[in-house]
Amino acid sequence: MASMLKVSSNPHVRSKDTTARIMQYVVIALMPATLFGIWNFGLHALLLVLVTVAAAVLSEYIYDRCMKKKNSISDFSAVVTGLLLALNLPPKAPLWIGILGGMFAIIVVKMLFGGLGQNFMNPALGARCFLMISFTSIMTNFECDAYTGATPLAVIKSGAEGSAELLDMFIGRTAGTIGETSTIAILAGALFLLIMKVIDLRVPCSYIVSFVIFILIFGGRGFDMTYIAQQLSGGGLMLGAFFMATDYATRPITKNGQYLFGIFLGIMTGIFRLFGPSAEGVSYAIILGNLLVPLIERVTKPTAFGKGKRRSAQHG
Amino acid sequence: MARLTFSGGVHPYDGKDLSKDKPMKEIIPHGEMVYPLSQHIGAPAQPLVKKGDRVLTGQKIAEAGGFVSAPVYATVSGTVKAIEPRRVVTGDMVNSIIVDNDELFEEVEYTPHDYEKLDKKEIIELIREAGVVGMGGAGFPTHVKLSPKEPENITYVIANCAECEPYLTSDYRRMLEEPQKLIDGLKIILRLFDNAQGVLAVEDNKPDCIELLSGLVQNEERITVKALKTKYPQGAERQLIYAVTGRMINSSMLPADAGCVVDNVDTIVAVYHAVAEGRPLMNRIVTVTGDAVNDPRNFYVRIGMNYNDLIAEAGGFKTEPEKVISGGPMMGFALFDLNVPTTKTASALLCLTKDEVSATEEGPCINCGRCVEVCPGRVVPSRLADMARRHDEEAFVANDGMECCECGCCSYICPAKRQLTQSIKSMRKTVLNNRKNKK
Repeated sequence: MASMLKVSSNPHVRSKDTTARIMQYVVIALMPATLFGIWNFGLHALLLVLVTVAAAVLSEYIYDRCMKKKNSISDFSAVVTGLLLALNLPPKAPLWIGILGGMFAIIVVKMLFGGLGQNFMNPALGARCFLMISFTSIMTNFECDAYTGATPLAVIKSGAEGSAELLDMFIGRTAGTIGETSTIAILAGALFLLIMKVIDLRVPCSYIVSFVIFILIFGGRGFDMTYIAQQLSGGGLMLGAFFMATDYATRPITKNGQYLFGIFLGIMTGIFRLFGPSAEGVSYAIILGNLLVPLIERVTKPTAFGKGKRRSAQHG
Repeated sequence: MARLTFSGGVHPYDGKDLSKDKPMKEIIPHGEMVYPLSQHIGAPAQPLVKKGDRVLTGQKIAEAGGFVSAPVYATVSGTVKAIEPRRVVTGDMVNSIIVDNDELFEEVEYTPHDYEKLDKKEIIELIREAGVVGMGGAGFPTHVKLSPKEPENITYVIANCAECEPYLTSDYRRMLEEPQKLIDGLKIILRLFDNAQGVLAVEDNKPDCIELLSGLVQNEERITVKALKTKYPQGAERQLIYAVTGRMINSSMLPADAGCVVDNVDTIVAVYHAVAEGRPLMNRIVTVTGDAVNDPRNFYVRIGMNYNDLIAEAGGFKTEPEKVISGGPMMGFALFDLNVPTTKTASALLCLTKDEVSATEEGPCINCGRCVEVCPGRVVPSRLADMARRHDEEAFVANDGMECCECGCCSYICPAKRQLTQSIKSMRKTVLNNRKNKK
């Protein structure tokens, strides 16, 4: 038996969390928003979610096969990407939009840069912006059976205030992308992730707080609680803050960097929403933030324990 | 009062219930005893005996090889069989004195001392002569630790009673069964430092020890008991000093730079034996535990005993172990062979039926930041590991890779099961070696 013992360097024990489990938690956390979106927008939304997820997973599988890499779909990250992308699509978008988006997210944004953890921007958002630029009319058409088309933010921006009901926004009975409309469903999922310690509040809180401060100063409405609430729940901010900005690979790894990142996102979202041509700005703010991550990490390198302390004369 | 602690750290399964409630048991050694000449940091000890010599229990068989070194004593009576390289827990071959135990246990006479009447020099000399080294694992000669350049600047003598490593209960048993020796040992050390107060720093998962020790030091003006938050690595020297005093030291500093002296429980008891009883360091407490042994418990072991004998005393293996670790699961050494001797620094023998390391496969880093979250050294382990794997020594040092204390928290917590500590550890070794070669 002497030669049968296993050796390795310390430590010899491992925690229970795995990459796949974390990704599964994220999928579970996205379920309230997904289910609400399907209930809200109907069967086509369900189909769109399914084909987008399938396209993302299949793209990763085929890419791995072609590149003779180890099959990596079992880590569930492609499911998360596909699902997040689907939740960012208009409910009546044609199915090929989902397929194309899923392929773009996985192959171009994720796999070409080295796969899981190596992508420099959130794959789902990267794909959304790609679709947005390439197929603007499809991606900004929120008309469906239940709603006339304008998202609450667009309504607010156009100045017609009365038609954006706060309660509807909070519950999610408004026009918008499949997964962004229901604040309460998103918060329920976010709460789950917080409890399971998959995400923490550093990025979402600094994002939301700095955004609120920005619109308080520059929104031109003063301290108008209704306006602030509409801004918070009327668009993609909640989904972005809790599920996109917290994406591990594309947010800073340093604690202070995460605060800085959140603040940057808040300000950029404010700028895009208030001064840009579109009513929405979360996606662009986040992918811009993603690009700044290496820089942010560089300036927020943590101070090592005891660094800078001076040695006394005690040394022999 | 907020519980004393540090930022970072992890809470692995602690496994202490396996062995904590069974009293210590003494093992009578049989057969051959092996005494490696390097059981400490510093120069190897020089043998004083030769093959064929008869030695007595408590007889010095090797003299310290320098100031930073420690003598070695025979723990049985018998005949010197050989002086030859033998394998030790780290896997290295170390020159060792092998004594054939005649099982008569004839012992030399010891001279007890009244430590109240000894002066500082005499106390340090007794500790040095007894071969006392840090028994928590590092093996740094205690007399060196106790001789800082400016002893009057030492304001804290901290007894490290944290025992934060999972599974280990040897300090716990020692505190419960021989608390007075610990307190007296601390009092002896306090005699060396006029301006210091003594602190018994215990993790709060041992409330019975805290209560017992608090009661015993009630009338001791210079000693207090402090409860620490239970968290690994609470007993790491730098984290312990921070928790108790709020002072921080970096990797290139010594506890004395923060006005502290830190010694672990068994070391302080060894100081007591050395000074008050005049007995050299010959025994230690070893926790033999894990789900692979029949009767996990703590043993009062004579240094030099073979690990196989310890396993036998613990009722042998219940099931064939997959991994045997000398020390705790976070920082211990995995053994490939049990045929190694117990040394001054061996705190535990942990036998696991399942090896969690080889059961998991490394995946790509997902940048989750958990390693940053738990790192007590406040560095970015995932990035340091990348630099280590690229052999980018410059970046590694610039990003404070040398501040790592190798506690293992990052590897433990990593969901991608990356070997972070391992990569960083080997890079640190490379850097240290390169520095040495440059000199």
